[in-house]
Amino acid sequence: MSNRKPETGAFFQRDRQWHPPAYTPDYKTSVVRSPQRALLSLDNTLSEITGPVFGHALLGELDADLIHNFARPGESAIGQRIIVHGRVVDERGVGVAGALLEFWQANAGGRYRHKREGYLAALDPNFGGCGRTITDEDGYYRFRTVKPGAYPWPNGVNDWRPAHIHFSVFGHGFAQRLITQMYFEGDPMIWQCPIVKSIPDKAAIEQLIAALDRQNTIPMDARAYKFDIVLRGRRSTLFENRLEGN
Amino acid sequence: MVQSLGFLKETPSQTAGPYVHIGCTPNFSGITGVYATDLGIAMVNDKTLGERITLRGRIFDGTGTPLRDALVEIWQADAAGLYNSPSEMRGTADVNFTGWGRCPTDMETGDYVFETIRPGRVPYKDGRLMAPHVTLWIVARGINIGLQTRLYFADEEAANAEDPVLQRIEHRNRVPTLLARKDGSTFHFDIHLQGEKETVFFDI
Ligand SMILES: [Fe+2]
Repeated sequence: MSNRKPETGAFFQRDRQWHPPAYTPDYKTSVVRSPQRALLSLDNTLSEITGPVFGHALLGELDADLIHNFARPGESAIGQRIIVHGRVVDERGVGVAGALLEFWQANAGGRYRHKREGYLAALDPNFGGCGRTITDEDGYYRFRTVKPGAYPWPNGVNDWRPAHIHFSVFGHGFAQRLITQMYFEGDPMIWQCPIVKSIPDKAAIEQLIAALDRQNTIPMDARAYKFDIVLRGRRSTLFENRLEGN
Repeated sequence: MVQSLGFLKETPSQTAGPYVHIGCTPNFSGITGVYATDLGIAMVNDKTLGERITLRGRIFDGTGTPLRDALVEIWQADAAGLYNSPSEMRGTADVNFTGWGRCPTDMETGDYVFETIRPGRVPYKDGRLMAPHVTLWIVARGINIGLQTRLYFADEEAANAEDPVLQRIEHRNRVPTLLARKDGSTFHFDIHLQGEKETVFFDI
């Protein structure tokens, strides 16, 4: 965690035009899983301003190395070796220190290691598909993995997910909690995917596409992709009237 | 033209998908040996202060079918009404209580279960006390952005009646969608994503 003084302001209102709406019929599962009534809007209380934080002590040595964290000793996962790195900031551009990131993905052939997964692509005995890390003082993170494959899914008769990595992100307040997906620069499948297209704004989709980052590539080892994540920003409490009366 | 305010846009949400367990509860999904335990499975220990309770329920879709692939997270105050968070400025919360829990719904029954304690009361912005409550965050395949709601305790009648958040609910017949029913030390709280009993979800 940061040595900076903890912030206690309420979070900026979420721009729900920027996020996907709940009901997106081209993504069929959303039809019966989307609330239909208006959300109850509330300014944050302490229950949303506060949130759990996780110390670096949580992390194991290989947590941020998906090439090795499930592999047999001396072996490694099959696939294109990549580094994914970036910065977690809030909407004010302030780095979010101590943010827990969890990520999961299919293997290089597009197959998940999961009971409910039926795709015929082969499992890789050396790839589990999960990892996690915590951002440093300035909000930076990085992890090592293999580039996931695209995979088919039952929605339309011929729908395929573009290559992607799922991210779960904790900030400092529970109202910042976010799950999203990272896509890869140059993948034509991105623009054909009903889940991607649940996001109405093209610029918002582009915010989920990681750029190939040749400057951070490790020669003869792994290419790098840069993926920055923005969490909700906090209002300043500087000029707020104290309503408590004490 | 004017100067830019310079704010960034929040990263847009995408569904957690059907394989959220791989990332968030890998041991539950059968991926063992990577993390010792799944995060958030234990909120309490023997020394935790407060009344021990179990929260249990299911999440129903618009056809009345329970979700068997969802993930529920909860966040709550300790028995004294303090949050175990750096942003908690009123005091130090019980060090034996995390305040945060995570549970995947059962792959057969759809049940989620949390072993926790009854939270204390937390002040609203104006200093009035809110009734004891638990914040829930629900993600799953088919849910494009995490759903936020609150669980209140049906047996806290006096506190619920003066709760400033419950008072904001315009259609009073929807208030019971946020009340967990007591049965011994267990509180039952089902969530309905759609339909006549649709749970009140929050934009907070
Ligand atoms: Fe996926």
